[in-house]
Amino acid sequence: MSKKRVAIVGTGQTFHKSHRPDVNGQELINEAVQRALCDANLKINDIDAIVIGNMDHFEGINYVDCWSVDGSGGVMKPIIKLTTGGTTGSTIAIGGYHLVASGIFEKVLIIGWEKNSESDTTGAITTAFDPVWDRLVFAGAISGLAAEAQAYISKYGASDKDGARVSVRDRKHACNNPHAQLRKEVSIEDVLASPMLADPIHLLDVCPRTDGACAVIMASDDCAEKITPTPDWIVATSSRHKYTYLGDVNWGQLDSMALASKEIYKKAGIKEPRKEINVIELYQPYSFAGIIWIEDLGIAEKGNGSEYIWSGATDMGGELPINPSGGVIACNPIGATGLIRCAEAALQIMGKAETRQVPDVKLALSSGFGGCMWTDLILHSKKKPDF
Amino acid sequence: MKENIIIESGALFQPFNYSIGLYGSKFFKELTDNRKFFGTKCQKCNKVYIPPRKVCGPCFSEMTEFVEVGPKGVIGTYTILRYAFIDPETGEQKPVPYGYGFIKLDGADTLFQHYINIEDESKVKIGARVEPVFSEEKKGTIKDILYFKIID
Ligand SMILES: [Zn+2]
Repeated sequence: MSKKRVAIVGTGQTFHKSHRPDVNGQELINEAVQRALCDANLKINDIDAIVIGNMDHFEGINYVDCWSVDGSGGVMKPIIKLTTGGTTGSTIAIGGYHLVASGIFEKVLIIGWEKNSESDTTGAITTAFDPVWDRLVFAGAISGLAAEAQAYISKYGASDKDGARVSVRDRKHACNNPHAQLRKEVSIEDVLASPMLADPIHLLDVCPRTDGACAVIMASDDCAEKITPTPDWIVATSSRHKYTYLGDVNWGQLDSMALASKEIYKKAGIKEPRKEINVIELYQPYSFAGIIWIEDLGIAEKGNGSEYIWSGATDMGGELPINPSGGVIACNPIGATGLIRCAEAALQIMGKAETRQVPDVKLALSSGFGGCMWTDLILHSKKKPDF
Repeated sequence: MKENIIIESGALFQPFNYSIGLYGSKFFKELTDNRKFFGTKCQKCNKVYIPPRKVCGPCFSEMTEFVEVGPKGVIGTYTILRYAFIDPETGEQKPVPYGYGFIKLDGADTLFQHYINIEDESKVKIGARVEPVFSEEKKGTIKDILYFKIID
């Protein structure tokens, strides 16, 4: 068996809301799956294998791969569950890519989902950290992110206002996305006036809790172009995990993002990411990440992230639009969130992003972020890769 | 190091016990009996780790040398938590607002997480010098340290 080229040939997202009591978990999953199958014009019988994921401890369901077969269409099919915290959605995409690239399966259905409303998110996230050394002071995702922002601010001197500018951008973009949960513009003043959650993060700097699901279908080179005339080719993926204890993190920058992006640019022969990449769907759980992490991605120089954001370069119509979908701070069903970034990048490549379409996208980057500051990256292309 | 220490959750019963290993046991024994902090040092890269652990991840080599660090240090980074939430460890409301810091104990290369006293918020800054305040009761857990206070 030799390595196969892999493309995304269909995507589906649910209707997202803070609480979806109208559906149970299986039904929520099924909503995304049916839409992805419809988008690719495939039947469930065409699917060879399924990769599924959500956040551990969130819905109190352990064997989610088995429990959800009715909704996923997984009855008597090979199914693998992958769950890596915040990165779950991007990890299932990378896992699905490996299954197809290996030549073992031809068409793989990838499903990320979450009903955040059905658990205590902060409590569940806290249990992902060491019970003896980390949990006394840890306060869910926001505490770690706040520590990152403080370290960055102390080093490079950004402000609340810079963070707010990123929120304003993403919430404006979200108005173009029918799948976004929060579709209301906010101003810099609104963000700064919203309650302080953990210094320097205000309520309007962070992602909401969302119920929702996303499904993506990947196919091998042998059949991708028969399924759709505009497949989204996956050029390269990269995944980097940092050490276990939060005290080991190199605060103020995202080392895993810097390493993963170097690897992915090398694989794809990218020299100037800012010029060569046309759009980024960044898993950005809070606004300051939109400043810090674009530096780690090599899009802006160290300390110049804010300036690049203020220039409008990352807005729709700018040099390198980021999060045309509105991103994570407009919609965050955690186990699906990374896969939504991947699906949104695919829509951009396929020319199916409707009112949020960036013109003439040839190369797109999607990311996942999670846990102890780790990163997944996926590079998408209109052109079939020539390896 | 023959004594194993088991950490228990709070007053509300939870069906979990965590073994912390011999290195963790050494840390808590020194903390409880002598109010001292011990980390481990990698022979290969010289990095001093707190909390102590057996393997230096980047070198993937076993560490055998314990080194005393702290008890004073500086704030590496921090935040002040202001939103109310339930501590999943104890089922109790967290004492918000509270200062949460990553302390660089003198002589250590990694950071030690704990509460920071925020009586005077204007003093809570990266680089501020801190020292631990210990509890009178000796429990052999991380709660033997009440918080770190700013001494600048
Ligand atoms: Zn070492």
